[in-house]
Amino acid sequence: MNDNIKKLTPAALAAVLVAFAPPLPADEFTKEDLVRWEGEYLTVVKKGRELFTDAKLGTNGVVCAQCHPNAANTHPETYPKFQKQLGRVAQMAEMVNWCIRNPLEGKDLAADDPRMTALLAYMTHERRGVKLEPGKH
Amino acid sequence: MSKPISRRDFLKGAGALAAAGALPISMVELAFADPARNFTFAYISDAHIQHIQGSKFVRNWDRGLIRAVAETNLLDPKPDFVVFGGDLAQLGSKPELDHGAEIMSALRYKTYYVMGEHDYYLDLGEYWSKLFGRHYYSFDHKGVHFVVLNSILTYDDWTFRRWPTAEQRMLEMAGLDNPNGSPFMVGDKQREWLKQDLAKVSTGTPLVVLSHSPLQKIYKGWNFWTEDAEQIQALLKPFKKVTVIYGHVHQIQYNQIGNISFHAVMATAWPWPYPSTYAQAEQYLPKLTVPMNRADPFFERDATGWQFINLATGNADIQYNLYNNAVRTVAFNTRTGQPEDRAYQAADKRIPPQSHY
Repeated sequence: MNDNIKKLTPAALAAVLVAFAPPLPADEFTKEDLVRWEGEYLTVVKKGRELFTDAKLGTNGVVCAQCHPNAANTHPETYPKFQKQLGRVAQMAEMVNWCIRNPLEGKDLAADDPRMTALLAYMTHERRGVKLEPGKH
Repeated sequence: MSKPISRRDFLKGAGALAAAGALPISMVELAFADPARNFTFAYISDAHIQHIQGSKFVRNWDRGLIRAVAETNLLDPKPDFVVFGGDLAQLGSKPELDHGAEIMSALRYKTYYVMGEHDYYLDLGEYWSKLFGRHYYSFDHKGVHFVVLNSILTYDDWTFRRWPTAEQRMLEMAGLDNPNGSPFMVGDKQREWLKQDLAKVSTGTPLVVLSHSPLQKIYKGWNFWTEDAEQIQALLKPFKKVTVIYGHVHQIQYNQIGNISFHAVMATAWPWPYPSTYAQAEQYLPKLTVPMNRADPFFERDATGWQFINLATGNADIQYNLYNNAVRTVAFNTRTGQPEDRAYQAADKRIPPQSHY
């Protein structure tokens, strides 16, 4: 085997290296990737805004935006926090479901439901720039 | 709740409640030369009765209005009259206005109605007029001149030419944060009417203006705004004691601009956030205002209620009767010449439910 390797010419060696060269390292990404990924996020934010004003989220015609214009007073920057009424520290998604069940008289969304993701994305986006204060009442 | 509580059942229970002092009724007593001129009136606003289908309405908002009407009926001494501050319906439909009017019909007092945008933009107030009368008017009561304005009009182009259907127009105006909305105004015609109306009133007569929009410019993004606010304020300037009472904002706000005291009333349906809680926008909230107490959003009637207004001195003293929060009283302080909260105005008197926004 050593004989074979010794016999590789520099050109052949270069060819072998190129053939087996790995692609760009996995953690490198470009400006175009960033633009594209942010675009994906904003699409989901937009979907979240549509759901925020969608009467089909509940069963009585009430929509999130009625009580929360521009998602004000949802305070995503304070979660997780102790929710007195639930008697324990809870995540924002649980509060979203409380609202869907109660004022909207609808059914819970699963935590990984794309609609929940969209709602959370919209609310957080409207609160961008505000410092995190988890646990604040 | 599976069946609505009947009035009889409510009153049976209410006797016990009143005895326990749970009804938050307490008169604001003020020294006044002629006690015969004292009077009070109640203010119920922003019921937003919302139709689902058939005979079903959103139970939550129904309960808010039913409770306000029931408690107002139990007032003793009785108020001289009641004002409904606008937005009886949510989408201005006949079922909603009918259902709201039916609930309001249980009131045992004469009631004056103010137009709200949620009442107006479906049929431009046509059915509302059949139920409640003129869109703007004035009346005198015990030496005070009251003016009711329709202050939720907007540019003709938006009202008449922008939308393909009336339903669409109503939906667009119904969204508080809808970027396709249009700013409220009183408009040229009504301002001209107001000028003529006030010309017959002496400047010493206390003036109370009842409006849905704030007659100030607070936050345009949520239409906490009246486009011709300055022009209206200019018409009110000659009068010594002027109070503007407005709905629309679903929160406690109060302010003093020159000789005019401004007071917002609460909604019976739901509270709204203060504009300062929207991180992405600039707005102006009257500095005087001590925010409403927000105790427990999980309680359906949190930060909702109705008002009881005492006009003994010619300036308004307003008691906010909130179902789940401490009663708030905002009274005119003759020494400082502006409204102030009786308990919480000083910075060191605030409590957490007012500052946790």
